[in-house]
Amino acid sequence: MLARLPGRLLQMIPTFILIGVVVFVLIRLLPGNPAAALLGIHATPEALARINAQLGFNRPIWVQFLLFVGRLLHGDLGISVSERIPVTEVIARRLPVTLALVVMAAAFALILALPLAFVAALRQNRASDVALRGVFQVGLSTPVFYIGLLMLGFLGAQLHWFPVGGIGSGFWSGLYHLILPALTLGVGLAAILMRSLRSTVIGVLRAEYVEFARAKGIAPWRVLTGHVLRNSLITTLALFGLNIGTLLGNTVIVENVFAVPGIGGLLVEAIFGRDYPVVQGVTLVLAVMVSIVFLLTDIAESWLDPRLNS
Amino acid sequence: MMHDNGGPLLSIRALRTTLATEGGRVTVVDGVDLDVQPGEILGLVGESGSGKSMTLRSILRLIRPPGQVTGQVLWRGRDLVPLREAEMRAIRGREIGMIFQEPMTALNPVLSVGAQILENLAAHTDLGRAARRARAVELLNLVGIPAPAQRVHDFPHQFSGGMRQRAMIAIALASNPTLLLADEPTTALDVTIQDQILKLLQHLRETLGMAVILVTHDLGVVAQSCDRVAVLYAGRVAEYGAVGPVFATPRHAYTLGLLRSVPDARHARQPLRPIAGAPPPPDTVGATCAFMPRCGFATAACAAGRPPLVPAAEGRLSACIHGDRLEATEWAA
Repeated sequence: MLARLPGRLLQMIPTFILIGVVVFVLIRLLPGNPAAALLGIHATPEALARINAQLGFNRPIWVQFLLFVGRLLHGDLGISVSERIPVTEVIARRLPVTLALVVMAAAFALILALPLAFVAALRQNRASDVALRGVFQVGLSTPVFYIGLLMLGFLGAQLHWFPVGGIGSGFWSGLYHLILPALTLGVGLAAILMRSLRSTVIGVLRAEYVEFARAKGIAPWRVLTGHVLRNSLITTLALFGLNIGTLLGNTVIVENVFAVPGIGGLLVEAIFGRDYPVVQGVTLVLAVMVSIVFLLTDIAESWLDPRLNS
Repeated sequence: MMHDNGGPLLSIRALRTTLATEGGRVTVVDGVDLDVQPGEILGLVGESGSGKSMTLRSILRLIRPPGQVTGQVLWRGRDLVPLREAEMRAIRGREIGMIFQEPMTALNPVLSVGAQILENLAAHTDLGRAARRARAVELLNLVGIPAPAQRVHDFPHQFSGGMRQRAMIAIALASNPTLLLADEPTTALDVTIQDQILKLLQHLRETLGMAVILVTHDLGVVAQSCDRVAVLYAGRVAEYGAVGPVFATPRHAYTLGLLRSVPDARHARQPLRPIAGAPPPPDTVGATCAFMPRCGFATAACAAGRPPLVPAAEGRLSACIHGDRLEATEWAA
């Protein structure tokens, strides 16, 4: 992979350009006019024209696009219409929370899915397997916001084990506040991973190289960690990467349910407030994050499977 | 290392293996008796489903529950059937090695060949890290892989078919086993490579003093490389003896049938005489000779019971009551 890494990084450039174009076009296809939204329905045409000129919305679309790209290359995402500070600043303030939330959710998903998938696969069709699959089936088919509300109501409001919202103050308090939202986000992903990994493990356990490993007289846990785990992780990893996108999308819901001040919540606020530069900026950041996750998954995959390198 | 009291290295008696399927329990090995002498190559032949591969897997107890192995597998006088898993692991790979038919699927695609040798050495020897690495290179050299010091880092997909099979042999030989179970090691290879692998096995047998059980459905392979042969039919040994005499004067109607269905390169355009019908599915063999429905020599006496494996001539065993009648039959045209 290291040999192909520069090429893979170059591939990111057209990806980013495309993301920029899509974000730019999408935002202009949305109904409503930012100037009208800012000034209210009683605004005079002169005032609207002034705001439009100020924001550059009266220029030809291709000029707007070139200006947008030019500023983008300087790391300038424009000024937030509602907060009157640079969009980069608004995002920078709230991005770490979402990053922490997503990393924790992904970690919870893996911590839940990996061992349980192995237990289910090794005890295929016995009671524990059937029970686990049932639980995860429910997890898979329940909407994220509903899981969130259940967790809030039970673990938060009733048992008082966890805070019901916000992120507290300080690092540890922040992590503690993020446990419930991260679990909520992670359960769905865990269900997807667990289902896939379980059937992969069952297949790998029947593979001839596992039989060969046993015929070498290697201890069972060695067979599991050295042969079954690694080969099973390859397909699961691809699935994991693909679903990180969904996970990021779900932060929009979860951050609202738990009042977490991340960029998911920011996106919703910005959409309602017609704060176009912020919507643009957040969408861009989310898209870039997804492409970076894809890149990391690619790297990890080719590290796991040497066949991909030749 | 060598077995000293002159007895067989491996002695199998009444080996029975049953597997659990959705349709119930089926018997795939149905009372196999076999002896393997130190340093000999024993061929195990038969059609698909005759129980050859299952016999090998049963010896190493690779049959997973709810599959079951009963009978006796006396390895240097010690019965392997009642051993605990941990005790069995000390035999697998260490004293009895095994190789498979298709190296592409039997080698782990994501581990280098070297790593797959190292784990065998780590499990069975007290060699240090450096010594294990040196031994891995030495093994690749032993099985005839060129530039072993470089190739030890390569992955299975970077080897050709023949080289992959050599790599698998190197992995199986890592801890110097006294017996190698080879499950159709040449079936997936083309004829010239097949010949090289068979010569390699013979060479290893001579230099390492190792015995080999070679499972194959190819009688040519048996003729070329085995000392003795056991012909399996419907999960049981039909005939057993030294390769020359068994092939010259078969004492079991099934052996004769197999020999007649082999094309002979010396005589062009000879019609083959394949055995009519198909082997019985497991557990459909009644109280008759299992081969009776397909046999041209069958008489009413064959229905009296499954014939036991009894001495038929000097050093030969046969489970056919018409062995003498067969001898009068010219099999090769």
